[in-house]
Amino acid sequence: MTAVEEVPLSAAGNPIGFGNMKRVEDQRFVRGQGNYVDDVNLPGMLHSAILRSPYAHARIKSIDTTAAEALPGVVAVITGKTLEGIPRPSLLGDNFAWMPTLSYDTQAVLATDKVRFQGQEVAYVIATDRYIAKDAVELIEVDYEALDPVMDAKKAMDAGAPVIRDDKGQTDNSITDVHGNKTWESGNAIGTAEAIEKAKNDPNCVVVTQEILYPRVHPAPMETCGAVSYLDKVTGQLTMYTTSQAPHAHRTVYAMVAGLPEHKIRIISPDIGGGFGNKVGVYPGYVLSVIGTIVTGKPVKWMEDRGENLMSTSFARDYHMTGTIAATKDGKILAVDVDVLADHGAFNGVAQPTNYPAGFFNIFSGSYDYPDAHCKVTPVYTNKAPGGVAYACSFRITEAAYVIERLVDCLAAEIEMDAADLRLKNLLRPEQFPYTSPTGWEYDSGEYEKTMRVAMEIAGYDELRKEQAEKRARGEYMGIGISFFTEGVGAGPRKDMDILGLGMADGIELRVHPTGKAVIRLSVQSQGQGHETTYAQIVAHELGIPPEDVEVVHGDTDQTPFGLGTYGSRSTPVSGAAAAVVSRKVRDRAKIVAAAALECSPDDLEWELGRWFVKGDKERGKTIQEIALLSHSSLELPEGVEGHLDATAVYNPPNLTYPYGCYICVVDVDPLTGQVKVRRFIAVDDCGTRINPMIVEGQVHGGLADGIGMALMELIAFDEDGNNLGGSFMDYLLPTAVECPDWELGETVTPSPHHPIGAKGVGESATVGSPAAVVNAVIDAISPFGVRHADMPLTPANVWRAIQGNNVRTDMAVE
Amino acid sequence: MQVTMTINGESVTKECEPRTLLVHFIRDNVGLRGTHWGCDTSNCGTCVLWVDGEPVKSCTMFAAMADGREVTTVEGLEKNGQLDPIQQGFIECHGLQCGFCTPGMMMTGRWILDNNPHPSEEEIREGISGQLCRCTGYKNIVSAIQWAADHPAENEVKA
Ligand code: FES
Ligand code: FES
Repeated sequence: MTAVEEVPLSAAGNPIGFGNMKRVEDQRFVRGQGNYVDDVNLPGMLHSAILRSPYAHARIKSIDTTAAEALPGVVAVITGKTLEGIPRPSLLGDNFAWMPTLSYDTQAVLATDKVRFQGQEVAYVIATDRYIAKDAVELIEVDYEALDPVMDAKKAMDAGAPVIRDDKGQTDNSITDVHGNKTWESGNAIGTAEAIEKAKNDPNCVVVTQEILYPRVHPAPMETCGAVSYLDKVTGQLTMYTTSQAPHAHRTVYAMVAGLPEHKIRIISPDIGGGFGNKVGVYPGYVLSVIGTIVTGKPVKWMEDRGENLMSTSFARDYHMTGTIAATKDGKILAVDVDVLADHGAFNGVAQPTNYPAGFFNIFSGSYDYPDAHCKVTPVYTNKAPGGVAYACSFRITEAAYVIERLVDCLAAEIEMDAADLRLKNLLRPEQFPYTSPTGWEYDSGEYEKTMRVAMEIAGYDELRKEQAEKRARGEYMGIGISFFTEGVGAGPRKDMDILGLGMADGIELRVHPTGKAVIRLSVQSQGQGHETTYAQIVAHELGIPPEDVEVVHGDTDQTPFGLGTYGSRSTPVSGAAAAVVSRKVRDRAKIVAAAALECSPDDLEWELGRWFVKGDKERGKTIQEIALLSHSSLELPEGVEGHLDATAVYNPPNLTYPYGCYICVVDVDPLTGQVKVRRFIAVDDCGTRINPMIVEGQVHGGLADGIGMALMELIAFDEDGNNLGGSFMDYLLPTAVECPDWELGETVTPSPHHPIGAKGVGESATVGSPAAVVNAVIDAISPFGVRHADMPLTPANVWRAIQGNNVRTDMAVE
Repeated sequence: MQVTMTINGESVTKECEPRTLLVHFIRDNVGLRGTHWGCDTSNCGTCVLWVDGEPVKSCTMFAAMADGREVTTVEGLEKNGQLDPIQQGFIECHGLQCGFCTPGMMMTGRWILDNNPHPSEEEIREGISGQLCRCTGYKNIVSAIQWAADHPAENEVKA
């Protein structure tokens, strides 16, 4: 089945519109000619390295940089003290030692008083060569006084717990948001509590409560974070090549942090080697490279190594959730309540819209029809790295989808109902859309049951259940796991969504040259999503200009209009909509020019792909290329067209878009070793209109691998002393080709009614939806041992422990 | 010290410190930046190139160890303006997204095919299992290598 309409092909064989098209950007990548930040080398460029704290919590008594400074090749050694001495002409504090986070907290650029997590930035060395910079880091002597760290979020608020943020005058480890709230609640507290209470007392109902941890993980793109900064002292221009998913937002932040005039800052994000949220935040390393060029007057490169990446720049999840689900015994869900303890690390550096301090976690009521839902999220500081919304999570919808999909399976086990039947009984029905969820989201469109039936059909669900029964009788442990998820993506309507006060709209510019070739300039930034291809296809679809005739420009703030960047699956829903809108503006201008040339009224014209023609006289018309030339010619132009077709637009989305999907995972578990083999994985996504189905499917594949990773192996755990146990790829395990099955994909297409081309975005769907399917499958496999839940990652050891009835916390070191 | 090696058919001599890793030598001293660097523990494989025709994680070798040897990098795959089938396969099958793992994956993929022109899916998966990709979920990388197996270049078709 294909949802893509038949489109004409260009001379180069590309669809003039939507459909599979080979990616434009591949030509340079397969030749090894990508241009990543570490490939940027400027004349006279210096290199740099950061000294990081070995302690999770310690007071800095002294730092001796003498030996480091004496090393030949070292140009400068900078400490927190140095930064305190650099005055900053900015509203955000009077010196450079601290910087604002994206959540209105502060974060140390270099520690001055204390270190607050292992891997925190303590000193910065600039040298002529990257090896010398690293050598010099080894020569810096820091005298620390170790303090007790807070590693267990559950003990962060204990009386007498060490206070992490004494710099802010805190007396405990609570986090207060910009609105003055210490907890974040959503939904109907009273109604939900009453519904649960009532169910408890009703013999026809059940109430199931389960503690569910979504442990700390890391996005770990293959390219680490880095920057090359250069301040030209003569012009005052700061140019920064950096791994940024949001170049424009970063420019504004640097203007604020460094006190530099924004028009003198140019951020260039060249090719980005994967982002997944890791490259949204502004990290001390980036800021230090800016300080480095200010201090030395030379270009300065900073590239973190993998250990630094895993230990310091961002993290994801770390949500300790307790979920309660009430239902009738025949499987009608009545209410869900979730209580969350959120571990935010040492600085509240979460990147999310201001009014959503827990991201979009409150979409946890999921894809089901029930009236009452409520959640309460309590954030705390711990001695861990800051960050928090990253790793393709759609602003914490990953946690939301996981908790509801685990709870539904726990309920199915409790009432002994098939997990598919239970979902089918409760899924929202097509006539309920647009649907307002119990926590206030307005889901735009969906045909949930249809999508689920497609997934069950591909999987051969009934056959699988038969096979499972036969295997169980033979003592073999096969499991089938389902998840059904709904995301809200494309943040967002600027009236209630902003980051640091910047509304989440996106600008765009489209120029059509006299010969009919076009250039489109985007505010969003590809990290592998293939924007250079898909945006050309959107223009082709709207204007009939072949995609190979459309150049896509992005990743340079001097060349593109303002917008908030690429994360939260927002490119297609927001900037993709902008591309359609700006193309339609061009089309409208072209209509006026065509009417002038054809000596008729614009009202007499009709559009077909690539051409305006006179209604009823198809022969009399002008192609978009002809019109482009006319618009630059001596033709007398009527009012409304000044001289060309170029247009700009800013797209402020009226609502989020709501992609959804149904995933089915089949695993085999060896009960003696706890080893899990993912045998099959079926993913049916509905992301509305598919611009380039090949790229959509590729994104889904990648997210499914993430899901296997998180469910089975990825983990940033800590020991009680504060040591990060996931600080290298020896310990932080990513799935390889051997752990991943041959993905089986399907699709349904329910366009978004409010998006100009009906597209919903898909970049994070699979990362959001797949972990629950894998975990549900494993738990299903080992349910004969009486297991109802075990926390991720389901490593062989953790599965084996669960089978022994001996679940352990996965976020803390065991044994 | 001075190190001399043949890189993609050309003899190259450069000064470097004895401790310089081959990956840094190729990228920084020679200036061929298609070979990437992605970890500190030899796990990621973004740095894979060939030394004397065998795939090597170039972060595990000193440049000095490649002295006098023959190195092939991603830049050496294209011949006479013709992409190698492995490169074409990655384009045809959408075997890459961000492109960061791609050079290493293609070097290993080419080597697999040179030694086993018709590998099974299992053999391909096993063959690239020392390398990580965070974007593609591997399926299309496997397809890309299969595509290259099915479309050998004229001069590599063997009887
Ligand atoms: S750089 Fe990761 S294996 Fe060589
Ligand atoms: S394509 Fe991005 S890491 Fe493989």
